[in-house]
Amino acid sequence: MNVVVLVKSVVDPSGQPRLGPDFLMDRSGDGTLDPGDEFAVEAALQLAADAGGTVTAISMGPEGAAAAVRRALAMGADAGVLVSDPLLRGADTLATARVLAAAAAQAGFDLVLAGVESADGYTGTLPMALAELLDVPSATFARKIEVTNGLARIERQTETGYDVVECPLPAVITVTAGATEPRYPTLKGIMSAKAKPLEQRSVADLGLEPSAVAPTQRVSAVTPVTTKSGGTVIEAGDDTAARIADALAEAKVI
Amino acid sequence: MKVWVLAELTPNGPTQATLELLSKARQLGDAEAVALGPGATSAAAELGTHGAATVFASDDAVYADYLAQPAAHALGVLAAAHSPDLILFPSTYGARDVAGRLQAKLGSTLMANALDITGPDTVRTEIGGGTLLIDVVLEGPTPRLVIVSPKVFVAEAVGGTAQVVPVDVEIPDGCRRALRTERHDEPSVGPKLEEAKVVVSGGRGLQDPANVSLLQQLADAIGGAAVGATRAIVDAGWISYSHQVGQTGKTVKPDVYIAIGVSGALQHLVGMKGSKFVIAINKDADAPIFRVADLGVVGDALVVVPALISELAKRRG
Repeated sequence: MNVVVLVKSVVDPSGQPRLGPDFLMDRSGDGTLDPGDEFAVEAALQLAADAGGTVTAISMGPEGAAAAVRRALAMGADAGVLVSDPLLRGADTLATARVLAAAAAQAGFDLVLAGVESADGYTGTLPMALAELLDVPSATFARKIEVTNGLARIERQTETGYDVVECPLPAVITVTAGATEPRYPTLKGIMSAKAKPLEQRSVADLGLEPSAVAPTQRVSAVTPVTTKSGGTVIEAGDDTAARIADALAEAKVI
Repeated sequence: MKVWVLAELTPNGPTQATLELLSKARQLGDAEAVALGPGATSAAAELGTHGAATVFASDDAVYADYLAQPAAHALGVLAAAHSPDLILFPSTYGARDVAGRLQAKLGSTLMANALDITGPDTVRTEIGGGTLLIDVVLEGPTPRLVIVSPKVFVAEAVGGTAQVVPVDVEIPDGCRRALRTERHDEPSVGPKLEEAKVVVSGGRGLQDPANVSLLQQLADAIGGAAVGATRAIVDAGWISYSHQVGQTGKTVKPDVYIAIGVSGALQHLVGMKGSKFVIAINKDADAPIFRVADLGVVGDALVVVPALISELAKRRG
């Protein structure tokens, strides 16, 4: 079973996004693998190991995004693809879905795995757009995946509990943080990752026209939200409990 | 302009988020709703009361039995026939999936996490966990698709009656693939997160599922506080989804929010940043939660929280 895992490079998973003067996200510099995607990589490695097959990590982004693919390779993925093209600067979810769908189709897959949403954009719709473009079924928020005879049995997190979903492969499935505990790359993994194939592709290499990746939305204004100031940060000590209780009393909730 | 709302249905009628979106749709132009799945026809009355002039409805179980594909297919067919300018989706797992698929079908633009729709083709959203407001112009083919954050509009019954248009879209076999075979509901307990004056939330910093009980103990010690959680510990199965605060969970605005072992991922911050006073307890001094905290405590939650519980008991006398 060949698994494609989508990996996103994020500049700082928890930090303030940097915007350039053109209001586009500044993604220059080395990225890191989105922490949410590590769960998808881990699930991909386990499923491919169980069934026999390869894992290909695919990303789209500037050259610094190669770091995310390399991390997946160091964890154990067999091959990587980075789609990098000046045409993709400021790409929206539609363009990104078209690019990643084309790259996944080119790599060939029985299963595409992804995180449920990115840490920096948290849009969460891309894997479904990709499934539609690839014309395959899909399930989001999988906390458990078992594959038997070409049928995936998925425990899917819901608002009120969980559902069991049966989905024939090929399919696109997004994986929650509960699905697996991601392995930490070993030194051997990091060293052997350097010898693994990491192919760079352009939009043209994927057979897409520039018009297919043209943005469908444009930022017209950015307004910083005044963040709270004057917050106090203290080291825990003997009087901490009293300090917190005082704050609760001041807020009139005790 | 014609504005559609994808209605989400429960056995008791449309969800609150659906009714919120109808308020905005009505303000923008002609509001219409699309309701797919068991209960759709009976939900039409309430959708009408909240401003939908027309409800496209189908009670077919196919929409509940198979994930995303049948609804996206039907919505695509309906959109081609009736040409809405804008389709609004609530920010839930199911609606998000339908929106993603529909985007690929239509080649339309899609905006998620919207906080307002400021004009026929302009949307306000936020990034960076709510640190930057972004105004976006939607371009390209209509309908444009917008996923709206919960609670940004107020649901309002205005007393209309919807015309119900039965949906009779053939769902091809290719859309009947990802089948729900079992449903497991975990009932929620305790005070409602959205209404509590104090929310006590826990994250990975609790270290072990056994320590989740500390949250309830602290909530009880404060009195009437609700227990919240990060997506990380919900996903890990430590606590049920009904406690989740954040982008795909609940949005809370309590007087006091106590974040215990919560790192402060952006998708969590968007669900609690409206809190009046934030207390954060975390071992990691660099945790982003401290950037939004009014009182931050760098230390081990497993030490600080029990001490706080005894302090509160002492003060109660």
